[in-house]
Amino acid sequence: MKQAFWTLFALLAHWRRHRLNLAALLAGLSIATALWSGVQALNANARKSYADAAAAVNGADTRALVSRQGGLFPQSDYVRLRRAGWKVSPVLEGTIRLKDKTLRIIGIEPLTLPRGARLSGLGEKIGLEKFITSPGAGFAAPETLDTFGLRGAVASLGQAFPPVEVLSQAPPDALIMDVGLAQKLLDRHDQLSRLIVESEGEAPLSDVVGQTLRLVEPNQDSDLARLTDSFHLNLTAFALLSFLVGLFIVHASFGLAFEQRLTIIRTVRAVGVSARTLVAAMCMELFALTLLAGGGGLLLGYWMAQALLPNVAASLDSLYGAAVSTRLSLEPGWILSGMLMAFAGAISSAWSGLIRAFRLPILRTQPQAWREAHRHYLRRQGLLGATVFAAALAFWFFGGGYTAGFALIGGASLGVALILPVAMDSALRLGGRFANRPLTQWFWADSRQQLPGLSLALMSLLLALAANIGVGGMVEGFRLTFTQWLNERLIAEVYFEAKDDLAARRIEQWLGRRAEVEAILPTWRTKTEIGHWPAEVFGLRAHPTYREHFPLLSQSEEAWDRLTRGDAALISEQLARRLKLGLGDAIEIPAQDATLRAIVVGIYPDYGNPIGQLRVDADAFKRHWPLAPRTNYSIRVAPRKTEALIRDLQEEMGPSLARLANRAYVKELSLSIFERTFAVTGALNTLTLIVAAIALFFSLLTLNEMRLMQLAPVWALGVSSPRLAVVELVRTLIFAATTALWALPLGLFMSWCLVAIVNVEAFGWRLPFHVFPGQWAQAFVIALLVALAAALVPAIRLARKTPAELLRVFANEG
Amino acid sequence: MKARALAAALVCLVPFSVAADSFGGLGKEAPGFAPVVPGVEFTFPRDFGAHPGFRTEWWYLTANLRDGSGASYGAQWTLFRQALKPGPEGGGWDNGVVFMGHAAVTSATEHLFAETLARGGIGQAGVSGEPFEAFIDNWSMKARGNGIARLSLGAVGREFSYKLELTSDKGPVLQGDKGYSLKSESGQASYYFSEPFYTVKGEIVLRGKAVAVSGRAWMDREWSSQPLASDQKGWDWFSLHLPAGEKLMLFRLRGLSGRDFIGGTWISADGAPQRLQAGDISIEPLKETKLSAATLPSEWRLAVKSHGLDIITKPVNPASWMGTRFSYWEGPIAFAGSHEGEGYLEMTGY
Repeated sequence: MKQAFWTLFALLAHWRRHRLNLAALLAGLSIATALWSGVQALNANARKSYADAAAAVNGADTRALVSRQGGLFPQSDYVRLRRAGWKVSPVLEGTIRLKDKTLRIIGIEPLTLPRGARLSGLGEKIGLEKFITSPGAGFAAPETLDTFGLRGAVASLGQAFPPVEVLSQAPPDALIMDVGLAQKLLDRHDQLSRLIVESEGEAPLSDVVGQTLRLVEPNQDSDLARLTDSFHLNLTAFALLSFLVGLFIVHASFGLAFEQRLTIIRTVRAVGVSARTLVAAMCMELFALTLLAGGGGLLLGYWMAQALLPNVAASLDSLYGAAVSTRLSLEPGWILSGMLMAFAGAISSAWSGLIRAFRLPILRTQPQAWREAHRHYLRRQGLLGATVFAAALAFWFFGGGYTAGFALIGGASLGVALILPVAMDSALRLGGRFANRPLTQWFWADSRQQLPGLSLALMSLLLALAANIGVGGMVEGFRLTFTQWLNERLIAEVYFEAKDDLAARRIEQWLGRRAEVEAILPTWRTKTEIGHWPAEVFGLRAHPTYREHFPLLSQSEEAWDRLTRGDAALISEQLARRLKLGLGDAIEIPAQDATLRAIVVGIYPDYGNPIGQLRVDADAFKRHWPLAPRTNYSIRVAPRKTEALIRDLQEEMGPSLARLANRAYVKELSLSIFERTFAVTGALNTLTLIVAAIALFFSLLTLNEMRLMQLAPVWALGVSSPRLAVVELVRTLIFAATTALWALPLGLFMSWCLVAIVNVEAFGWRLPFHVFPGQWAQAFVIALLVALAAALVPAIRLARKTPAELLRVFANEG
Repeated sequence: MKARALAAALVCLVPFSVAADSFGGLGKEAPGFAPVVPGVEFTFPRDFGAHPGFRTEWWYLTANLRDGSGASYGAQWTLFRQALKPGPEGGGWDNGVVFMGHAAVTSATEHLFAETLARGGIGQAGVSGEPFEAFIDNWSMKARGNGIARLSLGAVGREFSYKLELTSDKGPVLQGDKGYSLKSESGQASYYFSEPFYTVKGEIVLRGKAVAVSGRAWMDREWSSQPLASDQKGWDWFSLHLPAGEKLMLFRLRGLSGRDFIGGTWISADGAPQRLQAGDISIEPLKETKLSAATLPSEWRLAVKSHGLDIITKPVNPASWMGTRFSYWEGPIAFAGSHEGEGYLEMTGY
């Protein structure tokens, strides 16, 4: 044991002399761990919020009864079930708009809440009398109180709004209150959205309430978890990519350290330390370094997650209506998994060194042997790259789903990255063949000699660039399509939502008296569930506004006329894909009275909406969803009279309005949601690029320390050191440029995969594939800048080398 | 009296409010609620039903049963009504009334119980006077015909259920002073009447096994707004079926200072009540049993000097513990001595 410690000290002494390499190693591992664990923390936080939201009332393992048609069901079903011996507890959930944000109202019934339920402990804190007797009480998490300005007097919010108090275990953006009060506040008298099942009665469900309700098993993922899956997979994919790029640095550092330490290793072995003890000491060293770097990485990751969290939360809110807590909670599992990932990464980077140390013949110590041997690996590496690529293709072909799509992207990227050094080596060899001047010949040969040391850094640059081009292309393409589509879709000049049905009728009458109003178009909406997926039904009239402008991907003949007849529907692309429906197919829409059977007469794009959507005629909507609020409208009005109308409407009907906006505002809002959604992607993209730059920087810097041996003879032959420095700089730029060129097809492939596979599978919409040469140029410039930044310091150092330093190389040789 | 009922009524509130006093609200003053005053005449069938305006009320039925082989069983059915605010009841969820049901089945070796809670006003629980029905979830006590002479009783709990048919040929018996039942020296009281003459036939199901049973039952009806004094910490309550059709109710309210408030009613076989004076009654615990939840008396010596009664009671099942939100002991007992027979015992505050 003592021997192992002394060996360890001998090994560690190396780092004191090679601080840069140590820094690279620690930085690489820290960054890899940070990016990975940071994203994991974001995902875990979001998932926890979904679970909290889904299990806000019932625990995670309780079953629930929900309407078979989706939406609400009458309270009498609850009473009937209780009277039949079913131990169920009523819940009414809904949302109200407050401060331009959505506040989730959760109405519960404290007496019947199962004891295991998450909020069952609520009673102890609250006091039953206060909770269920007028004026009642609302409870929300502290952050919710701040967000919605619910602290202090809330009398201005209306009669039904109760005094609000703090309850830290309340889910984010939610207000918990008595079910009776929630019915008043949401204007849903005698209606419920869910029953939590504590135990079933003897009588079967259908005997008690007919076909109105269905049982939902607890382990079924919440809708949010399913809907947001792709979003999180997207983040995870980026985290994995960054982790991989970080590991390249670690791998390069370990490889370099191993080479540099061959002398120490040989000496240690020669003085009698067994291979076993040596490897044990190296393992200890690895452990200590990983602990240090992993710990730092976790701190960094936590910080990163905290910095990105508000953005992620905002994206999830605007995209999916998912309320994600902006308080990052640190779970022990997260620390553990982050450290495990750091160890897995470190071991995977160092194991080949460990094995070789174990098998190393004591007498063989030729430095650079590893690097030279590396050439022999090239062919194998190329083969491996091709295999990975093929495996990814096969996985996608046989797998399917967006996971397979990501696997295809990952496999292709890794494959192409592995092939990069091989391709570059061939290119350099080709270059060498055409060179006829001695210096250029040396240049090509020396470049080939340097390639193994830089290949990992170049591979990581390749991946980062390709991701940049790929994701950038996808996002830009999406933006283009989205903006165009918004322009077509947002035709009406004014949009409003009335406070309730009565208010809507009043406003309608008021608008009817205004001469400048050309049309009042209902956009009534309600929720339903089709094939266990949440969906929205819209009621509209086939006004020329829609006939002429509403963007459709495909439509049957006389689609709009058929829609007016009431037995046809337009469905969104997402819904069509999810349910595999085409024109002419019948769709069963669970409605409040019975199931509405409609023929699909049109399919329309609905970008950015995670929920399936369908549109039916307004009269049919009224008939089949008599209880749904009919409060949303859009107004056609002469553009120059729009502002005046909005002003008058606001002035005269203000109290009846819940929301009022003009087209520009709605459009701006949609676009800002879009931008926010991709802000996180952009941030991760940039981070990956930074990591790649660091990898290149450290590789060049560490290589430079050993380059003197190759450069000194060239200098001795008469090439000045500044000139040598320029050559070095040019070489690096050529490497970077080649990598960028190589990254372009990979990036395009990535972009295509995202648009044609991942988006379709994950979101259900297919965007037209666009290419953006401007972005490529940008990526190319970035690559050169990164290379320049990385190569500049070593080049300057080289230019400033004194003859004495260069001469010392020969002295050492002697 | 059925102070036990009170107990349970509090139960309602126990998980929700930190009771300032030992009874979780029963001893609390009740401003705004209707007061209990002497000299009020009961009117039936109206008084079978609920009494809005009062804070607390209960319908309490206990049955001593036997199967074909003579083995003893007990059954309990209770509904408590608790108003959370004074004044008239609101509609729907604003009703302001909370109901709580307790049900139990006891044999020599088993004691299974259940509890359920419901809000008034939405049809999940309630009581009507005529025709009489008290219900909560799928438990009910329902009159067959007018009044409460013939009742159908049913409850379902985890691993047990029962369905019993009850018949009585005598009218309700007024407790205390014509129904005004004093509970403390400081004047707390309730309105209280009983129907102790039921004969019972029916079936109980214990862990999947159905048993045909028959026997006797006793119903208590009581309502008040502040039935206990704030310094009373628990009570012991007996309802006894004496030989020759006589009935006896005895209670002891244990004061925090060690002073007990004792009372009782001797009911003749034809249903005529006689109020017993405290000095006439002796209630004395003999032996204690240790249960996991509490240590409490299992054998009692009871005496009523004026009637030459001197008996020792023993539980059918000493472990008749009601592990409900507000827990207490409630179970069938047998007694011997000067008189032999059976009855029910409730003990709270241990």
